[in-house]
Amino acid sequence: MSTVEILGKQEYKYGFVTDIESDVIPRGLSEDTIRLIVEKKNEPDWMLEFRLKAYRHWLTMTEPKNWPNISYPEIDYQDVIYYSAPKLKPTKASLDEVDPELLRTFEKLGIPLTEQKQLAGVAVDAVFDSVSVATTYKEKLKKHGVIFCSFTEAIRDYPDLIKKYLGSVVPTNDNFFAALNSAVFSDGSFCFIPKGVRCPMELSTYFRINNSESGQFERTLIVAEEGSYVSYLEGCTAPKFDKNQLHAAVVELVALDDAQIKYSTVQNWYAGDEEGVGGIYNFVTKRGKCAGRNSKISWTQVETGSAITWKYPSCILQGDNSIGEFYSVALTNHAQQADTGTKMIHLGKNTRSTIISKGIAAGKSNNSYRGLVKVMPKAENARNYTQCDSMLIGSNSGANTFPYIEVMNNTSSVEHEASTSKISEEQLFYLQQRGISQEDAVSLIINGFCKDVFLQLPMEFAVEAQRLLGMKLEGSVG
Amino acid sequence: MLEIKNLHAGIDGNEILKGINLTVKKGEIHAIMGPNGSGKSTLAKVLAGHPAYEVTKGEVIYQGKNLLEMAPDERAREGVFMAFQYPIEVPGVSNAQFLRLAYNEKRKHLSEEELDPLEFKDLLKERAKVVEMDASFMTRSVNEGFSGGEKKRNEILQMAVLEPRLAVLDETDSGLDIDALRIVAGGVNQLHNSENAIILVTHYQRLLNYIVPDYVHVLAGGHIVKEGGKELALELEQKGYDWLKTAEPETTGAGAQVR
Repeated sequence: MSTVEILGKQEYKYGFVTDIESDVIPRGLSEDTIRLIVEKKNEPDWMLEFRLKAYRHWLTMTEPKNWPNISYPEIDYQDVIYYSAPKLKPTKASLDEVDPELLRTFEKLGIPLTEQKQLAGVAVDAVFDSVSVATTYKEKLKKHGVIFCSFTEAIRDYPDLIKKYLGSVVPTNDNFFAALNSAVFSDGSFCFIPKGVRCPMELSTYFRINNSESGQFERTLIVAEEGSYVSYLEGCTAPKFDKNQLHAAVVELVALDDAQIKYSTVQNWYAGDEEGVGGIYNFVTKRGKCAGRNSKISWTQVETGSAITWKYPSCILQGDNSIGEFYSVALTNHAQQADTGTKMIHLGKNTRSTIISKGIAAGKSNNSYRGLVKVMPKAENARNYTQCDSMLIGSNSGANTFPYIEVMNNTSSVEHEASTSKISEEQLFYLQQRGISQEDAVSLIINGFCKDVFLQLPMEFAVEAQRLLGMKLEGSVG
Repeated sequence: MLEIKNLHAGIDGNEILKGINLTVKKGEIHAIMGPNGSGKSTLAKVLAGHPAYEVTKGEVIYQGKNLLEMAPDERAREGVFMAFQYPIEVPGVSNAQFLRLAYNEKRKHLSEEELDPLEFKDLLKERAKVVEMDASFMTRSVNEGFSGGEKKRNEILQMAVLEPRLAVLDETDSGLDIDALRIVAGGVNQLHNSENAIILVTHYQRLLNYIVPDYVHVLAGGHIVKEGGKELALELEQKGYDWLKTAEPETTGAGAQVR
C-alpha cells in the first residue's frame, strides 16, 4: 500500500464513568427549568432576570447550521438534561468534605485535589457535570487579593463584580449557543486579578462531563485589572458514551489598562469512536476584550477531542496599543469535525494581532480554519499577521481555510499566509531510514509542524500537548 | 557483509530489477552506474526498505541476517544508511534534535547510554567538520531552506553521526557544483575505513575521480550488464551507455524515476 494510514488505535484513557448519585432535574428546557436551576443554586433575582432574558432571545434564534463546515443530526433541545450535580453537594468549606469518589475521579484524571497531593504552582477549580466540586489554593491566592472560585460562589460573594462584567464581552443575545449558555449555565470559574498584581501561580479549571444525558454549560469570567497578569489553563475530558453530549460554554475575558491575560486550553473531550458514534458536541463562545490601553490577551488552544468543535476564541482590541494573539493546534482524526479559528476586531489605534493556526486532519476527518480580521475606521496603524497551515495525514481527510478580512482604515496592514502540506510516505521513510520508529517519526513531524504554537504553552502543558498529539495519531503505514 | 542474490523488485507491478547479484565485503567501495531508468535508485531504495517497492524474488543477506525481513528503521539501527538523492524537509524539527533522536535510537539498539543534548552537541560539532558545516545548520529545521549542495552535505553529516556499516549513496553527486562535490567526496573518504562498506550509485564518472571504487557495476534494464574495476568507469565516460544498452533490448525500465 502506498498511502499513509493512521489507525489511531490508542484507547481514550479518560473514558471511564464515575458511579455517583446525582441530583438530576427532568430533561427539557422552559422558563420553569430556568427557575428550577436558579432555585437549586439559590441565586438572586438579578440572575433569574439575566437568564430569562437570554432564554427569550434564544427562542427567537436559529442554530448556526448553514455557515460552519460541520454536519450533525438535529439536536433535540428538549431531550437534554440541563442540570446534573453530584449529591451530598459539598459545602466546600474544606476539601476534606468533598466526596471521596469525586476526589478519586479527578486523581485518576491526573488532577489531585487533596491538600497533600495538589499540583505545585497551579490552582485548580474542578468542575464535575454542572457544578464546581473543589478549588485549590484559594486561601493562598486570597492573600494576594486574587479571587479564584466557582461561579456559584462568585454570584453569592462578589455580586457587584459579576453584575458589572457578566455578559459584558459576550452579550446574552450574541449567538445561539451563547444565548443558550446564558440561560442555563450552572457553574464555572471566576478569576479576578486586582490592580498591579501578578498572579503568583497558574490558575486552572478542569472540566469533566460524567452524566451521559446531561449537557455541560459552564461559564468562565476572568477580569484582570490595571497592570495585572494572569495565566489560565483549561483542561477537559469526558467518558465514552455512544450518545453525543452537548457542551456549550461561554468564556469572557476582560483586560484593563496594561493588563495581560494568557489563556491556554488543552481540549480532550471524548471524540467518538472510529465510525463517529458518540462524542462531545463542543459549541463554545470564547471572547476577550482588551478594554484598556496596552492590554494584551493571548489565546492558545490545543484541540484534540470532541466529535464536533465549533469555537472561535476572539479578541476585541478596544484599547489603544492593545495586542491580541491566537495560537491554535486543531487535530482531527477518524470522523471528527472541527470548524475553529478566531476573530480579531481592531477598534483602537496601533492595535496588533497575530494568528497562528495549525490544523491537522487524519482519518476521514474534516478540519476547517475560519477567521475574521476586522479593522474599524478608527483603528489607525492596526497590524495583523495571520498564518494558517494545514496538514493532511492519509488521503481521506479534508482541510479548509476560510479567512475573512474587512479593513476600513487605510493606515493599517493585514498579512495572510496559508499552506497545506501532507505527511508523505517519503518523509516517514526518510526518518525511519535514520533509525527512528514510524510512530516517533509521525510524532516528530507533527510536533515540528506545531512548534510555533507549543512554544506559547506553559511548559507542563506543552509536554502534555506533545504527548497527546503523539497518542492521538499513533498508527502505522498500511 | 552484503550478499544480494537474484534480486527481483519493482513498483506498482512493474518489475525494475530483474535478477541482481552483488557481493560487498567490508572495506570495499562499489560503484553502481548506469543510464537513467536502469534501476540504480531502485536498488538503493530496496536495500533501505522503501515501502513502495516490492521484492518479488531473490534474497539479500546482510551481516548474516535476512535484510528484506527488517523494517526500514531496524535496518538503519543495524547500520544500513542511505544518502537520499532528494533529501526530505522536516519543518519545525531542528537538525540537532533530529540527529540526536536518530543517534540515540542507535545507541539504545546497541544497549549504550543515550547522550543528553549537551553531550550530543559536542559530538555533533566534531562530526560536522567532516563536511565543513558550521553550527548554524544545527539549529535550522532539517533540510528546510537548504540549497541543493547543503542538503547533500547534510546527508553526509548524518552518515558521519550514525557511522553506518553499509552506506548506500544515491546520486549524491547530482546537482553539486565542483566545490560542494569536493567537500562531499572528501567527507565520504574520511568516513570510509576497513570496517565499513560503501555503495555509490551514480550516473556520472566524475564522482569517482574523488571517491575511488574498488569495483564498478553497470546496471541496464534491471540487470548488471558489465562489471570491472575503476577503469570501467572511464571507459563508460568515453563511450557512454549506448553500447551496453544494445546488449540488452529491454532497457527502458519504467518507474525508476519515482521520487
